[in-house]
Amino acid sequence: MAQSDPTEQPEVVDEEQPETRPALQVAPSPHLSDLTFTTRRMMVDVLIGLAPAIAMAIVVFRWYAVVQVGLCVLSSVAAEALFTWMRGKPLSISDGSAVVTGVILGLSLPWSAPWYVAVIGSTVAIGLGKAVFGGLGYNIFNPAMVGRAFVMLSFAKALGASAYTNAQMDLTVVTQATPLTLAKKFAADLAAGKVVAADLPVQLGGARELWPLFVGQVNGSLGETSALAALVGGLYLCLRRSASWEIPAGVIGAAFACAGLANLVGLTPFTALHHLISGSLLFGAFFIATDPVSSPLTPRAKLYFGLCIGVLVMSIRVFSGYPEGVMFAVLLMNAAVPLLNRWTIPIPVGGVAPKAG
Amino acid sequence: MTSATTAKGTFAGGLHPADRKHFTAEAAIEVLPTPQEVRVALLQHLGAPCELVVQPRTEVTLGDVLGASKGFICAPVHASVSGTTGRLSVATLPNGRHVSVVPIKAAEEQPLEGRALFDDVLGGEWPKDGFDRYAPDEIAEAVQKAGIVGLGGAAFPTHVKLRRNEEKPIDTILINGCECEPYLTADYALMLAAPEPIVTGALLALRATGAREGILCLEDNKPKAAEALRRAARGTPLQVKVLATKYPQGGERQLTVAALGRAVPTGGLPLDVGVVVLNVGTAAAMARAVVRGKPLTHRVVSVSGAGISQPKNLLVPTGASYRALVDYCGGLTAEAARMVAGGPMMGFTLGSLDVPVTKGTSGLTVLTHSDIRKAAETTCLRCGRCADVCPLRLVASKLAMASKAGDLDLAERYHISACVECGCCAYICPASIPLVQLIRVGKVMRQAARS
Repeated sequence: MAQSDPTEQPEVVDEEQPETRPALQVAPSPHLSDLTFTTRRMMVDVLIGLAPAIAMAIVVFRWYAVVQVGLCVLSSVAAEALFTWMRGKPLSISDGSAVVTGVILGLSLPWSAPWYVAVIGSTVAIGLGKAVFGGLGYNIFNPAMVGRAFVMLSFAKALGASAYTNAQMDLTVVTQATPLTLAKKFAADLAAGKVVAADLPVQLGGARELWPLFVGQVNGSLGETSALAALVGGLYLCLRRSASWEIPAGVIGAAFACAGLANLVGLTPFTALHHLISGSLLFGAFFIATDPVSSPLTPRAKLYFGLCIGVLVMSIRVFSGYPEGVMFAVLLMNAAVPLLNRWTIPIPVGGVAPKAG
Repeated sequence: MTSATTAKGTFAGGLHPADRKHFTAEAAIEVLPTPQEVRVALLQHLGAPCELVVQPRTEVTLGDVLGASKGFICAPVHASVSGTTGRLSVATLPNGRHVSVVPIKAAEEQPLEGRALFDDVLGGEWPKDGFDRYAPDEIAEAVQKAGIVGLGGAAFPTHVKLRRNEEKPIDTILINGCECEPYLTADYALMLAAPEPIVTGALLALRATGAREGILCLEDNKPKAAEALRRAARGTPLQVKVLATKYPQGGERQLTVAALGRAVPTGGLPLDVGVVVLNVGTAAAMARAVVRGKPLTHRVVSVSGAGISQPKNLLVPTGASYRALVDYCGGLTAEAARMVAGGPMMGFTLGSLDVPVTKGTSGLTVLTHSDIRKAAETTCLRCGRCADVCPLRLVASKLAMASKAGDLDLAERYHISACVECGCCAYICPASIPLVQLIRVGKVMRQAARS
């Protein structure tokens, strides 16, 4: 109904009869928004993308996977509730980010980690990785990796290479060391002269078979074993634009190149393809490195970020004392994000504005 | 230099909102019955306001000068109906500016109404050649006298663009029929109903500027209009170029990239790369001014959206109130929530219906409560989607955060002055942050700091 009194004020909605008096709002443009693409949907997409990895973890590690991931998720949510209450902010667990942190942290732990590792790791992840910076959107480092780094250094034995193996278990996959641990040991032995290159098939045995590595029937942390699951979930994320494809592309590309090079010069017994599908490289490329808050803003910077992570992962795998390097590589590059952003400020179409006026 | 330059018919970045043009796409242009009163603003263009040259309580005829040009970047305003002038008053335009308006009470008898008015403005025969009989300066003079400004929305005095410039010669004229905003169909309806004056106007622009090439550009969601333009341009040196449909293809910076592969320098104008961009409505008005000697007094607007009962494309006199438009279109529906002058991506909202239509008004879009639904604002996730969709390759998140923090250096480093406020970033932001509004605030702070 057209209004008959010509006032300059916006009309007020009559609460009793909202149907008969349209309200006129004054607001700045744009007046439309894409409701299909929200923060909540991005988080839900990440959880959907993680589902194959969670499923494979349960298939391979059974009850242990359920316990670890479940504990981490519960602790993360509880920690988030606690810290937002302490900061006097409204409860924010409904945005799903605490659940995502919990799942990623849980999937990055070994099957044998004690309950307190999961709980402390989650609390530190949310507290030191997120809350202390100001909550979601303000953290510099990937929260799940902050938590994992903390427990890795505090409970070294619980997360060391030996924690993964238990020869007495009826869970056959854990009776052998992780493929990367075996590769590292072989490389060290080769350098020390204890073995020769021809001993490779005997020493590494089944760990060199590509199919089990790809599907996930090998030892490792809960979510990293299945390259297939990470790939499927990761591609889903990229297609939905809930993760930027430039980052995994960079990580995979650089890691593949560096691994190939290292293999060629004999620094590692695994080929580039082996390195790609073993350890948490794919899982890290699609789910850990792509955390939007701790990764750069512009497409070019994201690519450089991914490339550097790939190089760092391979450097740590080959040269350091650790068999796997994804966690530290991501944390190191998180620290470099402000610099990457600054170095890749895009030049506008039309060039830089002239200084005068 | 810039990789966003391609002459492949599109530009990098941008979005595909639902075009929602079905409300008025099939509607033929109707002539708005002469309103009882019009209020002609003395400032309907970018530049200096006009000087009032008519007394109150004077009889004026359709086409009489009401406000004269003051300065070079100016365009006179004319009476859009015959009638009696009233006392000068003030109106607030949708962009917030308070402007002086000359009210005219329409007389009983009007020289042109209905079909006759339509034919006088847009119908009849339009020449396709013989423009050499006009000297280039003559054309620019006639365009200035007729008060023609850019009808695409910016309302820049057109004669300034047509003057021959020795330092920056023009080699191409682009006639802009893209109309990339959702809902708007004023240009589309014009191209269907009256492609001939558009062609005439384009040829006049070629003659005035000395440009070698004239290209009629539109998006590929308007095949019928492309066909109409091709037919009308047959036998002339004009080309028709169909570009990929994407918002904001109609922006002049995106148009020059998509049609010619040239990037307008930041802070500069298309003439810096040898191009003049003219809206189809402006071209048609130019034809009427030069060939028929008539000033700009009427324009096509589309009244659309789910909040209006009967969406239509209308030919309206400048100075008609939005209320007259809304009433003629059956009034607002019960769900109407926001009235936008222009399109929903960049238009200004109306706080009142008693605001006069100006030369730059392309349409009225009435949005309903469900159209304007927005998720609650949350924290920036630094996902970078805003940087992905910006057609000018800016990083809206940084600009917005810089504005929020009052960090003008950061805003400068991220090129805040290059932003044209197209709205792509805010549209896509998953955290529903009002990015464009924050950038506007930042620009104002920057302006204030410089003065």
